[in-house]
Amino acid sequence: MSQIDRSLGRAAPAAPPADIAVSVRGVSKNYGDVQALENLSLDFPRGQLTSLLGPSGCGKTTLLKIIAGLIPASSGSVEVDGRPVEGPGPDRAFVFQDFALLPWASVLRNVAFGLELRGVARSEREDRAARYIREVGLAGFEQSFPHELSGGMRQRVGLARALSVDADVLLLDEPFSAVDEQTRRKFQEDMLALVETERKTFIFVTHSIEEAVYVSDQIAILLPRPSRVHEVIRPSISRGGGGNIRRDAEYLDIVDEIWASLRSYVE
Amino acid sequence: MIRAGRSLARDAGKGASGGRPRVTAGTGRAIDAFRTHRSLALKVLSAAIVFGAWEIAGRVPVSYAFPTFINSMLALMRMVFDGSLFVAYAETLQPLVIGVAISALVGIGMGLWIGLNAASRWLFSPIFIVMQAAPLAALIPILVMVYGIGLTSKVFVVCIMAMPVIVLNTASAVANTPGSIKEMATSFMASDRDVLLKVVIPAASPIIFSGLRLGVSAGFIGAILSELKITPTGVGDIITYSRSVADYPSMYAAIFSIILLAVVFLNLLETLENRLFEGNNRGYVSD
Ligand SMILES: Nc1ncnc2c1ncn2[C@@H]1O[C@H](COP(=O)(O)OP(=O)(O)OP(=O)(O)O)[C@@H](O)[C@H]1O
Ligand SMILES: [Mg+2]
Repeated sequence: MSQIDRSLGRAAPAAPPADIAVSVRGVSKNYGDVQALENLSLDFPRGQLTSLLGPSGCGKTTLLKIIAGLIPASSGSVEVDGRPVEGPGPDRAFVFQDFALLPWASVLRNVAFGLELRGVARSEREDRAARYIREVGLAGFEQSFPHELSGGMRQRVGLARALSVDADVLLLDEPFSAVDEQTRRKFQEDMLALVETERKTFIFVTHSIEEAVYVSDQIAILLPRPSRVHEVIRPSISRGGGGNIRRDAEYLDIVDEIWASLRSYVE
Repeated sequence: MIRAGRSLARDAGKGASGGRPRVTAGTGRAIDAFRTHRSLALKVLSAAIVFGAWEIAGRVPVSYAFPTFINSMLALMRMVFDGSLFVAYAETLQPLVIGVAISALVGIGMGLWIGLNAASRWLFSPIFIVMQAAPLAALIPILVMVYGIGLTSKVFVVCIMAMPVIVLNTASAVANTPGSIKEMATSFMASDRDVLLKVVIPAASPIIFSGLRLGVSAGFIGAILSELKITPTGVGDIITYSRSVADYPSMYAAIFSIILLAVVFLNLLETLENRLFEGNNRGYVSD
């Protein structure tokens, strides 16, 4: 039943939705002489998943950090829910590319850390953290320390931490880069379910074209430095068909199309 | 993979009536016990080697002024039982404890400030580098001229010895906090105070504590040095006096006792560290 809903929900993505959760307007960013972003504009519709796809070093992490309010843009502006971003806020949660776990704290404390900083009482935050630890498949590792986990497990701790603060906008910087293929596929499904049920806005950085096409409502392809949006693709793949979407003709067409436009920069 | 692992665990649990976690905990405890016993055994062994070498060197003898280990221990016993050792320590511990306490508090405070604030780094860290490099013995006459021969001068000597390494270690540890976890905390809306208390200080604590250990050892040196160079009191007096009357066993007993005290103190510090920052003894990931 949910599958039918999903296909209905995704049946008409052609018209741009009016409800924009995050809007990036003419953002440029210079690191000294290096210009990472140049006049980048992009809208992120509420309740949808937007992927950022682009060559390494093109400024995807930089864009996420500007949206998160961690670093200021050199020029341009970012609005979340119509309010300009001036710093980090409770409406956004970040999953870091390098995990950024506290090495001296247990998995439980790491996952609960976002809630701890928000002043949630200990028993409540540990309950909530334990739930998300289970959800990312780390049950039984609550008392382990990060150095006792594999890279993929650490990455999932960072994911659980971001999910547990219940923010409206999730900024995910290559969140599945270190997990195995099975887990990755499970997470893709989980993420689609989350998008569906929670009306959260996902901004998702990935290097995998297939992954982007599979999970996204909207894919923004970025050019190499200085980065602008090269094109925005809205894959309208029906996931309700019952067959394997990964063999769907339209899915493969879009993957090819994106590969063709990225290819020129790889060569 | 994860799912497979979990179902395996469940199966094992069914088979051995949920024994798996308990077995793991038990093994862990056995390993811990082995570790503590092994480290204790190694400590005893290394002490035995040092004391044995001392005894042999005293019997050879390497020098007419070098007593055997056993004679020194007898002298130590005598000083313990006639109470003179405690009288001496009552005196020596004053500048030592005051100086080390000041160095730890002010040193860590200064170190945090210098480490967090680039401007103060340029301003103050050269002072402590010079302080660390300065030949203390040459400064003592100046201190005596300014502060006299009392407690103040001795506290100063302890501080000059102990403080720089505490300040410099703290400052460099704090300045080198991994940027990514500070950024993470900020992204989850940490205040500056949260970042300091929940990220910077825990991250820096292993190096702060190693600075404290070095500082405390240097403070012990400072305390004895001040008693040898300013006015002979306390343990310094025992050392000076027994040397002048050629009672070498007593002299070495006094030196031995101060080393012993320093070792005990450093162990207490380690216990404190493990209490306050229990994650520190767990090994770190490099990323
Ligand atoms: N703190 C910084 N100081 C100086 N230059 C930086 C800094 N952070 C990023 N850059 C530069 O900005 C550019 C974009 O970096 P960014 O991390 O955003 O890339 P990315 O798209 O996330 O790459 P990847 O896919 O490899 O993670 C890079 O060329 C990098 O050299
Ligand atoms: Mg990146």
